[in-house]
Amino acid sequence: MGFYGFAGGIHPRYNKGLTSDKPVEILNTNKDDQVFIPLSQHIGAPAKPVVKKNDEVKRGQVIGVPSGFVSSTIHSPVTGTVLGIVKVPHPISGSVDAVHIKVTELDEGYEHISTDKKFQEIVLDAGIVGLGGATFPTHVKLSPPKKIDYLIINGAECEPYLTCDHRLMVEKTEEVLKGAEIIRQNLGEDVKLIIGIEENKPDAIEKFKRIAESNVEIVPLEVKYPQGGEKQLIKATVNRVVPEGKLPLEVGVVVQNVGTCLAVYEAIKMQKPLVERVVTVTGAVKTPKNLMVKIGTPIGKLIEACGGFIGTPKKIVMGGPMMGFAVTSLDTPVMKGTSGILVYRDEDLPDLNMTNCIRCGRCVTACPMGLVPAIMEQFTLNEMYEKVLDWHVLNCIECGCCSYVCPARRPLVGYFKTAKREVMKILKQREQNAGK
Amino acid sequence: MQENKYLVTFSPHERDELMTDKVMMYVVYSLLPAVAVSIYFFGFYALKTYILTILFTLGFEALFQKIRKKPITLSDNSALVTAILLAMNLPPASPWWLILVGSFIAIIVGKQVYGGLGQNPFNPALVARVFLLISWPAQMTYWIKPNPITAGFIFDAVSTATPLGQSKTEILTNGKILTSFNGVSDYFIGFMSGSMGEISAVALLVGAAFLMYKKIISWHTPFSYIISFMVIIVPYWLLNPDKSLNPIVHLFTGGLMLGAFYMATDMVTSPVTKKGQIIFGIGCGVLTAIIRLFGGYPEGVSFAILIMNAFVPLIDFYIRPKSFGEATNA
Repeated sequence: MGFYGFAGGIHPRYNKGLTSDKPVEILNTNKDDQVFIPLSQHIGAPAKPVVKKNDEVKRGQVIGVPSGFVSSTIHSPVTGTVLGIVKVPHPISGSVDAVHIKVTELDEGYEHISTDKKFQEIVLDAGIVGLGGATFPTHVKLSPPKKIDYLIINGAECEPYLTCDHRLMVEKTEEVLKGAEIIRQNLGEDVKLIIGIEENKPDAIEKFKRIAESNVEIVPLEVKYPQGGEKQLIKATVNRVVPEGKLPLEVGVVVQNVGTCLAVYEAIKMQKPLVERVVTVTGAVKTPKNLMVKIGTPIGKLIEACGGFIGTPKKIVMGGPMMGFAVTSLDTPVMKGTSGILVYRDEDLPDLNMTNCIRCGRCVTACPMGLVPAIMEQFTLNEMYEKVLDWHVLNCIECGCCSYVCPARRPLVGYFKTAKREVMKILKQREQNAGK
Repeated sequence: MQENKYLVTFSPHERDELMTDKVMMYVVYSLLPAVAVSIYFFGFYALKTYILTILFTLGFEALFQKIRKKPITLSDNSALVTAILLAMNLPPASPWWLILVGSFIAIIVGKQVYGGLGQNPFNPALVARVFLLISWPAQMTYWIKPNPITAGFIFDAVSTATPLGQSKTEILTNGKILTSFNGVSDYFIGFMSGSMGEISAVALLVGAAFLMYKKIISWHTPFSYIISFMVIIVPYWLLNPDKSLNPIVHLFTGGLMLGAFYMATDMVTSPVTKKGQIIFGIGCGVLTAIIRLFGGYPEGVSFAILIMNAFVPLIDFYIRPKSFGEATNA
């Protein structure tokens, strides 16, 4: 099978060289270190806490249980004492509830999860969510109501700067592959397994090709952002177009991130819950690194582990530079979806001097979803949300390509995020009206 | 809550380097070969026209923004682009007051009254050109003979006609073309009379190639423009060889090259989608051909582009590309 490609997309400076050759280092915890494990680390309903102040918890012990179908389990990444349920800064919600734990024992073992259950239940018990950043609870994806014929493993890692998936693919090739195989078997015997990796990770491609069996297809992908966007990846690897507003399973495909595959492997074969992940710490830090970090560790600790800042930090981004969120505080804890911490100094930040839209159409060319940002912006600014809806704003994947290319520095994707919220309100209203 | 010492903005946190001022500067660079050719053939007259247009145009932009107490935005270079394009649309020996009025119309009437950069529905330089053409037809069609700078500075300009103008006059008075226009290579290089920026197809093409290479403009508008123009001109010429110029001569004379590559592609006043740009280009090509063949003016490019400018909101509104995964048949 070849490479089919998709229209649109951009070629930002990748800057992956800072960390792409750095093996994953474990970020050790010390006694009396504190972690803050948010109860909402996934799309869907937040988990319900099942511990209270002064409880002793073991590493791997369940501290939050799912509170709905699209929700997940939360485990303690350390052995220690619960100091309470506190509010912690969160880049999107402002602040969220988190379990505050003080480390009392340096325990690298963990409470095993039971594997005497259905596959989906084990995955749910292990607290596995999509580790690519969207944090969609994985067990939901593994119970497709439709016939699936492809499992695509997303090793594109198209966000600039990030190398955590890259390192996993090189260092844990076998485990990732086995995890993918487990998922494939549970989706059905005849499901085909494809691993898509951007061509700028030749060592990862090569390693997979060496180890993978013949029934696994490794597809080298064009280096282009957002190659790892789910719909773009599906188009590029199996040439199927996911209908607007629908999920990949509509076209018989399930997509999983490489980190998720590793987590599944560890859950099934090692009975290990998801309590840590690899985070790329990069940008203006002394020694950029890929770190294996316990969930709930404040990001300040990660930066310390990288030798601290270079110069004065001006902006700190959680995630990649294209879709990540600027954080307000170094106390923000690492979450399951945290793929990177990126530090910008004033001098690293782009010139954001805004002019009027010059209608150059670069946003139209760049949009991987075939939208017309220049015109949607006009409707949004005039609060004509019905019109933005007509122009398919809900199909926007918020990849930021439009803002990236805009020479007038219009905050396009920001407008569309707002517009999408307003449009959802309108749709809800319509539904209610129809119900009357 | 602790004080928020880190900058919080929407993603993305990285941007492409290209900014508005640079986009405009690329257009300026791309026009330099044509500027050089016009100075080569019209010497002092061309130089004077460029300098005056730039002074007046930038001056009006700054003055108007100052009066309205708005930030002065000369640094976005858009007024400079308008200045050079306006100069290129003027006869080389334009009197200073004509340039002053033209600059006023372009910047104030053509651009600033709509809200400045990006807001104007019509190409400012073309608005000025057409206004001047209608108001001062004599001054606007006073063409001087090209005279290479290498032959020395000549201040006594000799008046002449443009190929398009002369052929139109002959058709109107005699019913057919008498003179044979064979100087295709002269026209291509720029050895002919005409507006300053229109004379040299080769210089304009070099600049356009640069703009396309830099991805400032795409092929959609100019190619659809020229192809649709030729689709009308060629059959007409085959049927009426003595009532129409040779299509190749049509191509390289008048404002077609300048219009197709620089005025119709003006991003502010053309559609934002590629499909829209093709429709826009076809409209321009058809209108240009009709005006040139049947109109009272020898030249139709300015009118064609301005008329199509008026349709841009309509084109933008109705030509929405299919979104990814959108049902093709609802």
